[in-house]
Amino acid sequence: MSGRNTSGIVQRRGLHHSLMRAVLFAVLGVFCIYYLIPLLVMISTSLKSLTEIREGSLISLPKEFDFSAWEKAWNSACVGVRCNGLAPYMWNSVMMTVPAVAISTILGALNGYALTKWRFRGADTIFALMLFGAFIPFQVILLPMARVLGQLGLAGTIPGLILVHTVYGLAFTTLFFRNFFIGVSSGIIQAAKVDGAGFFGIFFRLVLPMSLPAIVVTVIWQFTQIWNDFLFGVAFTIGDSNPVTVALNNVVNTSTGVKEYNVDMAAAIIAALPTLAVYVVAGAWFVRGLSAGAVKG
Amino acid sequence: MARFGRALERRLPAIVVSPLFAASLFFVYGFILWTAYISLTRSGVMPNYEFDGLSQYVRLWETPRWYVAIRNLFVFSGLFISISMAIGILLAILLDQKVRIEGVIRTIYLYPMALSFIVTGTVWKWMLNPGLGLERLMHQAGFENFSFDWLVNSHYAIYTVVIAAVWQSSGYAMALFLAGLRSVDDEVLKAAAIDGAGLWRTYTGIVLPMLRPVFLSTVIILAHLAIKSFDLVIALTGGGPGYATDMPATFMYSFAFQRSELGVAAASATMMLMTVIAIIVPYLYSELRKTSG
Repeated sequence: MSGRNTSGIVQRRGLHHSLMRAVLFAVLGVFCIYYLIPLLVMISTSLKSLTEIREGSLISLPKEFDFSAWEKAWNSACVGVRCNGLAPYMWNSVMMTVPAVAISTILGALNGYALTKWRFRGADTIFALMLFGAFIPFQVILLPMARVLGQLGLAGTIPGLILVHTVYGLAFTTLFFRNFFIGVSSGIIQAAKVDGAGFFGIFFRLVLPMSLPAIVVTVIWQFTQIWNDFLFGVAFTIGDSNPVTVALNNVVNTSTGVKEYNVDMAAAIIAALPTLAVYVVAGAWFVRGLSAGAVKG
Repeated sequence: MARFGRALERRLPAIVVSPLFAASLFFVYGFILWTAYISLTRSGVMPNYEFDGLSQYVRLWETPRWYVAIRNLFVFSGLFISISMAIGILLAILLDQKVRIEGVIRTIYLYPMALSFIVTGTVWKWMLNPGLGLERLMHQAGFENFSFDWLVNSHYAIYTVVIAAVWQSSGYAMALFLAGLRSVDDEVLKAAAIDGAGLWRTYTGIVLPMLRPVFLSTVIILAHLAIKSFDLVIALTGGGPGYATDMPATFMYSFAFQRSELGVAAASATMMLMTVIAIIVPYLYSELRKTSG
């Protein structure tokens, strides 16, 4: 027995053991189905015609693939009164997410680095005070934020949303980088300081290159959070500047004419695709973000 | 000049941190104070800075809709947290039994966390809709009398929110517990096996009690998700039928942006903040004490 003997439970051979394994896999399999069914229903419904939806059942597969719902969701579905599909709102979300993720990650890295590797008086207190921002229910800042955005002339704009996401993402990004830098040996940094390297010199030449894992985790976390955000989007934007989550909700709840479930489902998949893609490609990093977001020291 | 440069260099970390800290003071603490103050004024459609004591809180607690929101929060959190924990623990223990395709299974269990609550709400709304969804499916399967109208039934609609939320977040609980199980020393498990403890006793008697910190943090994370839940309610039920599935977060939004009763909205937001503080601050305090130094 070498390596990790994970469970360490005695492996009894024989009938009893095979039976237990069968039950184990049956339960695990049932839960796989449970988690996958909504995704499969979404995909299959989006490929059906409305007639087939009305005549078929929830879990039946489409008899023939009909992509017109996708076409409509992208180009001509009605979001409120405008019928241009989700495409412009996807673009809004991209325009909002990319800068907000980039800025909040860079600032979080600088902040985490300054707070851990250049410990000055009050650094711990400052960190604790900033961390609190990660946990407040955002309802408590909605009203003043709306006013401040109005005074800055950013009400209802994408730059306004970028500001909001950057400000309230900062607590998380700082937390991620601080936790990462705490684990980085201070020895090399001390040595670099003795050699006369400065704050930014050490940051760009020494610290940043070795914090690639922290950067990836933070970027993925921020991307998922900001792309999926609904509250800030619905509170601070109107119509044309809505992010895709708000537009999706409007598509689904636009109650004129026939309810087009296939278009709703296609729209939902389109809105989910970017974060799903990131999850499939970089799932392990996503999970690390989740457990880091759990404020484990 | 060189001395000035060195002095600047020494101050640089503080100079970098201060604008960020200032932003946090303004956007977090300043805004909280503003909201808390507005909750103590006579503000209606527009903010009114004249102090008016606790009258908005009195109004808030006299609003039947607020009681619905509070009741829903309790029902929802209780069920959501306990069911997610149960599923999470079960799946974590099962996955910890040297399952060869663990990576694939874990990926499947956790992907809903990558979705927006709006997407989750949209798909569950379709699956649970009384016309063409689950009900129709059961009828076709031969259960002619099966009826499932929870989504539009004001007594049961809140449970559909639980169903969708558990689907989305139970994988998260699984991941947290699995990480906890992996941190248990193998020696402990070997010793239990040598003592002849069975699977059940090993877990209930030895392993799970060791995971008490994981229990605590998972409950807190899920509670935090529950108090903030807004998107899912909006997408799934829109707070309805009527306001049957209102939660504090949707209540606040509705009073702030639809009914323009700023004072009541601010009072409800302040109540939410105090609830979160009561849960999070003791936890953060103990966590930070453990990790600092």
